[in-house]
Amino acid sequence: MSNQNNAGTTVLMTGNEAAARGALEAGVRFCTSYPGSPAVEVADVLFSAKDVYGEWSTNEIIAFEAAAAASYAGLRAITVMKHNGLAVAADFLLSLNHAALKSGLVVVIGDDPSGHSSVNELDSRQFVRFAEVPLLEPSTIEEAREMTRYAFELSEQVGTFVIVRLVTRICHARGNVVLREIPDFPAVKPSIGKEERFRCRPPLHVDVHVRQEKAREIYEHSPFNSYSGPQSETVIVSSGPSVLYAREALQILGLEDKVGLLKLGASWPVPREFVLKTAGHAENIIFIEDIDPFIEQNIITVLAQFGGKRYKFFGQGSGHVKGEWGAGMGEMNPDQAVQALCNVFDLPNPLKAPAVPTPDGVLKEELPVRELTMCPGCPHRSSFWAIKTALELDGRDGFPLGDIGCYAMGARKASNFLLRSVFCMGSGAGMANGFGQLQNMGFDQPVIATVGDSTFFHACLPALVNARYNNADFTLVVLDNSTTAMTGFQPHAGTATPGKDSKSIMMIEDVTRGMGLETVVCDPHQLDDTVENLCRLLKKKGANVLIMRKPCALMNYRLEQRLFEVDSEKCLGDDCGCSRFCSRVFACPAIFFDESIGKAYINDTLCTGCGACATLCPRGAIYEKSFSGTEGKN
Amino acid sequence: MKDFKEPFNIILAGVGGQGNIVASRLLGIAATMAGFKVAVGETYGASQRGGSVMSHIRLSKKNEFGPLIPTGCADILVCFEPLEALRVAAKYAHSETTAIVNANPIYPADMLMGVGGAYPPVEEMLAELEKMLGRVLTLDAADLARRAGSPKIVNMVMISALAATGYLPFARSFFDEALEEFLSKVPAESREVNRRAMELTIKL
Repeated sequence: MSNQNNAGTTVLMTGNEAAARGALEAGVRFCTSYPGSPAVEVADVLFSAKDVYGEWSTNEIIAFEAAAAASYAGLRAITVMKHNGLAVAADFLLSLNHAALKSGLVVVIGDDPSGHSSVNELDSRQFVRFAEVPLLEPSTIEEAREMTRYAFELSEQVGTFVIVRLVTRICHARGNVVLREIPDFPAVKPSIGKEERFRCRPPLHVDVHVRQEKAREIYEHSPFNSYSGPQSETVIVSSGPSVLYAREALQILGLEDKVGLLKLGASWPVPREFVLKTAGHAENIIFIEDIDPFIEQNIITVLAQFGGKRYKFFGQGSGHVKGEWGAGMGEMNPDQAVQALCNVFDLPNPLKAPAVPTPDGVLKEELPVRELTMCPGCPHRSSFWAIKTALELDGRDGFPLGDIGCYAMGARKASNFLLRSVFCMGSGAGMANGFGQLQNMGFDQPVIATVGDSTFFHACLPALVNARYNNADFTLVVLDNSTTAMTGFQPHAGTATPGKDSKSIMMIEDVTRGMGLETVVCDPHQLDDTVENLCRLLKKKGANVLIMRKPCALMNYRLEQRLFEVDSEKCLGDDCGCSRFCSRVFACPAIFFDESIGKAYINDTLCTGCGACATLCPRGAIYEKSFSGTEGKN
Repeated sequence: MKDFKEPFNIILAGVGGQGNIVASRLLGIAATMAGFKVAVGETYGASQRGGSVMSHIRLSKKNEFGPLIPTGCADILVCFEPLEALRVAAKYAHSETTAIVNANPIYPADMLMGVGGAYPPVEEMLAELEKMLGRVLTLDAADLARRAGSPKIVNMVMISALAATGYLPFARSFFDEALEEFLSKVPAESREVNRRAMELTIKL
């Protein structure tokens, strides 16, 4: 895809792929990222490009810092992270803005309105107002490419980094992109001049304002801002994919000739002259955007201060624009945009699900919701089983804390709400440091902090140093599936990495033992052994570590395709006394209980062949079968 | 092919792990080859984790559209699972909508644990769909996939069925071309399995 000869062709790309393409078209040479949905693939694509140094950094602040170094050394650089990652990197973000940069530095953020794959739905645009740096908000996949390409140029013109805010409906949407050439950029020898200094000092705050003003002047003429439709008394102001929803809502309601649409792609710093020129004439201003009323508040400020008259504002603040969760929550969509316009114009909503359910049909009741759960064969299912069993055997009302990753599903219904907390990366281990100091005040419950292998390196090392130094009582359980599974199998410091010497692998047990913490490694599918070890560690004073190591079932399945089957002769069904262990208790979603014959069976369209059920079935009724259909050995 | 409805909206609905994204990407590429402006919106995150997933595919000759289909505006539903068929039809279909439905149920995880209520009878769900929609075609995609050589390619069976019906607003050759391009990137063994699935489905 990095072939410059493809210039001019129209292809279908995701927003992530398009942003990566834009960076290549701009001659990016250095890319760092910590994987976070929805923006992971931007880095995935750039890492496979030639002439680009790419690394999965251990966390986002290091990724950002490393990319800034490349910029100072004269290379165009990009760093990619999700909204939570920007919060991790915030300390550097709010310092680096004080000093002028050299080569273009672009920060691509994946915001996740509605939190499809996130614990929250932070609006990263709040950070650009805080840091006073330029923001670009693509509305289409094509713009994701073009804005990312342009962002490097802008960064060099203004002298600070530029944030490109993608949202899930850009990152994970596909659309048509016209490729531009990837020129043969001359090789740059990175270097730092003898007199160059990079630092942040309070007096430099004035430079931050100066750069922001420079960006605003450029944004007054940005091609990413446009006005369409009539010069009417009502104008919609919108950004991101919401622009397309707003336009479709106008079509659906036949309001295209009555309402103008102001699209802001270069939205911060606010191009105030452009806004006054295009929307200043209007009486009614409607705001349609994702998550926070960011555009809404900025435009209200501009019009109130410089508009010279009174306007009526319709948006989240007025209550006219809101989703099913209320105003300022959840992602914008065409339904909400239509409803918002209906609210403003007092029109009936024409969008209806046609399907009039028959009164006695199955739709008379709400359809069962599909609870998220761990995949078939997931080692976390066994790990959670072991934790639950060990805490029951221990009998002191102990509890496990959660963290960020697939295993956060341990806090959901399908895991019986086992995990008691889920906040940010590393928070489980951090909070365990607090619970672990309450013993002198009568707190007598054992505490487990669960953490993934990638999260361990990202955010848990300071927590463990603290635990050792301050002697906190808890057990850290590392759910080590040997990859960053949630975001699509990215490597990390503890795994083999393509192109890297295997000597660079850092074993988690070496790290924790080096800190002086007792550490045990076990295979979670070996349940008896795992439970026994955990029970023993829970009784010990101080902090200790149990690593439950088993590669992710999906990753394993890609390597060795195996299938398992229930021997219906051996399976005793409800007569067994196992209480439908495989399907109901262990709850692997690939195992069903066939009520018609009263036996378990494995759905071969879902089974990943981990074999955990075969080890667990008390009757030994589950056996491996080969792909060609012939039976293998048990 | 009858008059083109602007925009033409397709939803692929199923359960995480069934291959929804691969299928929608393939359809999107075929439509791009056919010269449409294409917008595809997908569910990730939950996609490998047993949740309800769907992809929205929007084709237009004129405008760029957002990646989400408004309520009641889907023209074709390709449903990899019957409960998901009903869920998506109840919100997105209109009375002329065509649905292609794989009748093999996948039971929700909490239901298997005995805490999630009962799975509605498949026949009742299909009957409800018949009443609601213009046209409902059902097939046993898991069986076809198994016969082709891999139970994991229900997704290929389903979009092959869609291509075979002739309801797509572009010529079959674009679909075949996109499929061949996709298959050229998968291991030879899977390539054959996928082709066989395609042939078996089209014969129906």
